[in-house]
Amino acid sequence: MTQKVSRRGLLGGGITVGAAAGVAGAFAVGRGTAPEAHAAAPVASYPFRGERQAGIVTPAQDRLHFVALDVTTGDREQLIDLLQRWTAAAERMTQGGSAGPVGPVEGSTDLPPDDTGEAIGLPASRLTITFGFGPTLFRDAEGTDRFGIADRRPDALEPLPHFSADIDDPARSGGDICIQACADDPQVAVHAIRNLVRMGFGVTAVRWSQLGFGRTSTTSTSQDTPRNLFGFKDGTANVKAEEGPALDEHVWVAESDHAASAWLTGGSYLVVRRINMTIEVWDRQPLGDQERFVGRTKDSGAPLSGGEEFTEPDFDLPGRGGPIIPVDAHVRIVHPDQNDGARMLRRGYNFVDGSDDIGGLNAGLFFIAYVRDPRTDFIPVQRAMAASDALMEYLRFTGSALFAVPPGTAPGEYVGQALFA
Amino acid sequence: MKLSSLSSLSALAVASTLVLSACGTESTTPGEKGDPRSLTVSSTADECAVSATDAPAGTLDFAVTNGGDEVTEFYLLAEDGLRILGEIENIGPNTSKTLTVAVPEGSYVTACKPGMVGEGIRADFAVSASDEEVEVSADEAVLITQAENNYRAYVQDQSAQLLEKTKEFVELYESGKDDEARALYPVARQHWERIETVAESFGDLDPKMDAREADVDFAGGEKWTGWHVIEKDLWPARAEGYRALGTTQRATFADDLLANTTTLDERIQSTGADKLDYPIDSIANGSRGLLEEVATGKVTGEEEFWSRTDLWDFQANVDGARIAFEGVQPVLETKDAALAEQLTTRFAELQELLDSHREGDGFVSYDDLTKDDVDALAAAVNALSEPLSLLTAAVIS
Repeated sequence: MTQKVSRRGLLGGGITVGAAAGVAGAFAVGRGTAPEAHAAAPVASYPFRGERQAGIVTPAQDRLHFVALDVTTGDREQLIDLLQRWTAAAERMTQGGSAGPVGPVEGSTDLPPDDTGEAIGLPASRLTITFGFGPTLFRDAEGTDRFGIADRRPDALEPLPHFSADIDDPARSGGDICIQACADDPQVAVHAIRNLVRMGFGVTAVRWSQLGFGRTSTTSTSQDTPRNLFGFKDGTANVKAEEGPALDEHVWVAESDHAASAWLTGGSYLVVRRINMTIEVWDRQPLGDQERFVGRTKDSGAPLSGGEEFTEPDFDLPGRGGPIIPVDAHVRIVHPDQNDGARMLRRGYNFVDGSDDIGGLNAGLFFIAYVRDPRTDFIPVQRAMAASDALMEYLRFTGSALFAVPPGTAPGEYVGQALFA
Repeated sequence: MKLSSLSSLSALAVASTLVLSACGTESTTPGEKGDPRSLTVSSTADECAVSATDAPAGTLDFAVTNGGDEVTEFYLLAEDGLRILGEIENIGPNTSKTLTVAVPEGSYVTACKPGMVGEGIRADFAVSASDEEVEVSADEAVLITQAENNYRAYVQDQSAQLLEKTKEFVELYESGKDDEARALYPVARQHWERIETVAESFGDLDPKMDAREADVDFAGGEKWTGWHVIEKDLWPARAEGYRALGTTQRATFADDLLANTTTLDERIQSTGADKLDYPIDSIANGSRGLLEEVATGKVTGEEEFWSRTDLWDFQANVDGARIAFEGVQPVLETKDAALAEQLTTRFAELQELLDSHREGDGFVSYDDLTKDDVDALAAAVNALSEPLSLLTAAVIS
């Protein structure tokens, strides 16, 4: 550990996704724990800078730490300074480096270290750090233009409405800024958030945060579809990194979308919903009922109309007493064909936050979706689900937030710079 | 709000005309090539190929694979080609499902129904005598019919009482007799809660009658009506900045509730072709469903957010679940006596716990429960719900 900027072994610069020639080398230079169980992972680290922010179409890592922060200062320069410091820290940490420029053990013994140290010896673990801005950053509840950017707030960046069956909890909803840290190692994700939060004290304060322990979506065709805590495959019909035209249509904000918000071009909207599952009640449902609620088989994930996991569901195929995929089956209610073609890039995680007041699992799905416009790609689908999805009986929505995610950060820039330019 | 309907639940039923009881014994003679009681069926548009034309008596498995483009079904029929011994529905293209059925010696007919229409593609099937005994209970059909008729009578009775009490309640509420209305509120609602799973199967009425405020998508243009609007108006203590409803508004909500209750009752009391059926599996499912209502709404004190009368609803859900269980209990006794005994015990334990919170003719307020009280109730609900989730499969086995 002689390199000043490296506490975990220098990984060199970021290696581009899909650069096959770099694969062996990328693994070889990791000095800590060998990357485990990710033979399919193309790279060991992702660069922080690029055309888009990493952590969106990046193949979903297994672990999440997500934080929503409120900005506690009214000083625009302090906020910009923090974004600059965060950018530098994110750049270092995503490459396996330390949070601060000095390092966890390299600095003065008279000072607290500028990196908290729990990631010493761990590889970059494909860490991505993704930043977003909430509606309240632009104007507070009283309508005050907090940082001189109110006229740049895109129309679509409105707080999400109350949907039926939402349990509105301000302590788990909203936020001025969000940071999503995803990694293959939970300690690395937590390390990133912990250090970024620490750097923000005085400028930002934590509003709420969430750990996720198992990805529930695939964002690349190279990944197998994982299962949610209902035991079903989730996100089969997700928009994936390989679907260029679909990404442009449903995920990336286009220049023409918002005249006043050019800073968001090439970015996206991040929808967050904390969805508790009534686990114990669900577990008592017969297999056949579970499959009818979802509209897919539990085993292979094939639609009840037959075929394999990726076979398109046939919603018209008649069954006894109605279509074989029931009218209230989840797969039908949220399918693009039933929602004017609405699609999203989902990147959710399973969570278990211990137990609830009556001994049930406090668990469910921390839903994350990236969309080009929440008004067309998310809100109508959530509304349809709330109105008629059979799964609603077993779900409670306990948190909700929307953020605008700026495009990637170019060399020499800080994240979100165009918003403040 | 429950979105599953009675009709979808009844799709689970193997058949309400079951006359055989399964033994569930192990298959014979391992080591021989293939188990003669394990059969495969290949169903296509024009073929229903069963792997054998005969089998020894006992519990037979028919693994049906659908190689066609349409949904198919498979039946094992008696020699007359009418009486159904077992059926399996909704087998999608390229999928498989297994029918397990206990069959005594005799002549039978197999049938695949690609597209679910017509007589199906039929073939004779013979079952020879074997050492494996298959009990035939002639009384079971009678027990099932009795259970179904009894349950219909129970639902009709509760619905009639609900209508009567709702009339009284809305009169008191409209005429401003709030104390009396508050006293009658949990009493009237008990009749709803006892048959909640049936009432909820009417997806057009339930949201208008029993929606909680959080269930309503106001931004999407939905309106909040029914019991809980009136509840909030009668118990506004927890509502910040609440504006009491005026006389006209009171009348609007009250009349609407009464009209919907009347419609509900008309449907439940229907006779002739419109008569509601309660197949035995849906009765058993209803019992489980009522306990789920307790677990998700009542034990947590969310159902009666304003009035805090959750324990009344709790008791009524348990009443309805117990009645449904007791209705199918004679059938269950012949199938799984141990489960019947366990459920009886667990119902009694839950009831004992509930009784400890009685006050006068009803119950203490939910707010009077301690954390330990709620934990104990939740544990008792879980203890009952787990075996209760096995009830339907046991009854129709």
